[in-house]
Amino acid sequence: MKQPRPMIDRYRWYELLGIYAGIFCLLFFCLAPFIEGFNVSLKPLSLLFSSPYRFWPENPSFEAYRTMWVSVPAFGRYVVNSLFVAGVVTALVIVLVVPAAYALSRFRFPGQSAILGGFLTVNMVSGAVLLIPLFRLMRSLGLLNTYFAMIVPGAAFLIPTAIWLLRAYMLRIPRELEEAAWADGASRFYIFRRVILPLATPGIIVTAIATFLGAYAQQFVYAVTFNSKTEYMPLPVGLFAFFGRQEVSWNELMAASFVGIAPALIVILILQRYLVAGLTAGAVKE
Amino acid sequence: MNHSPSARAFAYLLLAPAVLYVLFIVAYPLVDTVILSFTDAALKPETNWVGWKNYQKIFKANFDDVILRTFIWTFCSVALKMTIGVLGAVLLNAAVPGQTLFRILIMPPWIIPMAIGIFMWGWMYNGQFGMISGLLQNFGLSDGPIAFLGYGKTAFWATIVTDVWIGVPFVTLYMLATIQTIPKDLYEAAWTDGAGRFYRFRRITLPMIVPSLLTMSMLSLIFTFNSFDIIWILTRGGPSGQTTTMIIDTYKSGIGSYKYGEGSARAVMICLFLSVFCLAYYRLISRLNPVEAR
Repeated sequence: MKQPRPMIDRYRWYELLGIYAGIFCLLFFCLAPFIEGFNVSLKPLSLLFSSPYRFWPENPSFEAYRTMWVSVPAFGRYVVNSLFVAGVVTALVIVLVVPAAYALSRFRFPGQSAILGGFLTVNMVSGAVLLIPLFRLMRSLGLLNTYFAMIVPGAAFLIPTAIWLLRAYMLRIPRELEEAAWADGASRFYIFRRVILPLATPGIIVTAIATFLGAYAQQFVYAVTFNSKTEYMPLPVGLFAFFGRQEVSWNELMAASFVGIAPALIVILILQRYLVAGLTAGAVKE
Repeated sequence: MNHSPSARAFAYLLLAPAVLYVLFIVAYPLVDTVILSFTDAALKPETNWVGWKNYQKIFKANFDDVILRTFIWTFCSVALKMTIGVLGAVLLNAAVPGQTLFRILIMPPWIIPMAIGIFMWGWMYNGQFGMISGLLQNFGLSDGPIAFLGYGKTAFWATIVTDVWIGVPFVTLYMLATIQTIPKDLYEAAWTDGAGRFYRFRRITLPMIVPSLLTMSMLSLIFTFNSFDIIWILTRGGPSGQTTTMIIDTYKSGIGSYKYGEGSARAVMICLFLSVFCLAYYRLISRLNPVEAR
């Protein structure tokens, strides 16, 4: 990054000013709720409900981060539930998707494009449209008010994206190794397990991360509809119950939200490079 | 090695678990929705076939209002997402110091649990103490507190803004990825010929991103049309139904009031619109990039 910028990328001062002003507006829009949420979490309740409005907290304190554990006694449980549900969903999706993506990237068979198109279509239907039959299905399977009520439908809707992501990755793995193994008399299953799996591991990891983030971010509609037990609630639904009360302790709610989104934010910081590449790969042509 | 009958059998075997799973959890409920929509299914034990009665009933009520509202809501949201997304992508593509940091900083709305972001907006829209009303008053743009979620008009726009907020990072990053695939020599050639920055944007960037922009708009249209969490958490379709879109409407009658039959009829209507959008989307991608539609 030390080399001088090419002439074409040199900006005049007013162009730079315009670019930074634009970026500032964009970032302010994206981050304002977080800034405000953080400010709120630092304000004592008595100052929170005071007019006129003040942007910066007057006597900032981290009190709410302590008291929230008392006000939301199940908080730790909610976080664990969220991570657990997202983890199981990810494992399930990966187990189903790895062989499917391999089949779709390497073999030619009748119905192939129909299957790919079908998966793409599933992506277009949101789970919210199918809640009525899914509710009846969960009830007849006896899964209502269990972790499975959140895991089973959640995984189904994450499969299509995962297949497209991983298939795109596998298409780029050279075929020569498989062909060499085949010529040496290795079985198809052996090739899949010993040749493809190790080569596809980076792609599988990216897919798993994308799936986990999706599963962690979208825990709401199934959890709110198919589960009413506090002990199984994931974080968003647990906080939603808190949100619905008459007297909302907003500072504690915001503190709890920040602790809840911390894992996602840390993941962004560590993996941002892979995230952008991975999550847009399914959509952008190579 | 990959064309023989045994290879075919192996491929089907590998695919079977994923396909069966999706059939069971998505396709079967889809069929079930259509069947249920012709019955009077509810909490009661017996279910009767009622023909088109559910459809007649919902259209006799104000269902056309709900459809119209859904379309306006979706259209406004998608238009805003696309506009901000393209502008954002161009800005983030500019070779200025801090570029990498800015690209990371726009990601949080998209990555964090959606519901939690929506809670934060719930506070922002609060009339007495929220940021938006507060800042408007501080700058003298408003005489008194505005409870954005308390009135139909403002609640309608408030839910759109939150939806845009969640959608913008993905659209921006996607458009940015597209812009980065445009060959650099095009810009350099134009630059050598003395073309200015704006001219280069209008004559190179814009035409080159049109296919992606169309694809993304259709995709975004489909996702936005399905949007549920935002409205449900912020307003539950209120005040007085002013933010009730088709999805919220279906949820209220099907899950909220246990009218499975009637709710399913409403869900079928959503599916009809969705399939039209999907067909349009497939035609679009097969026309724009014939390679991908293999």
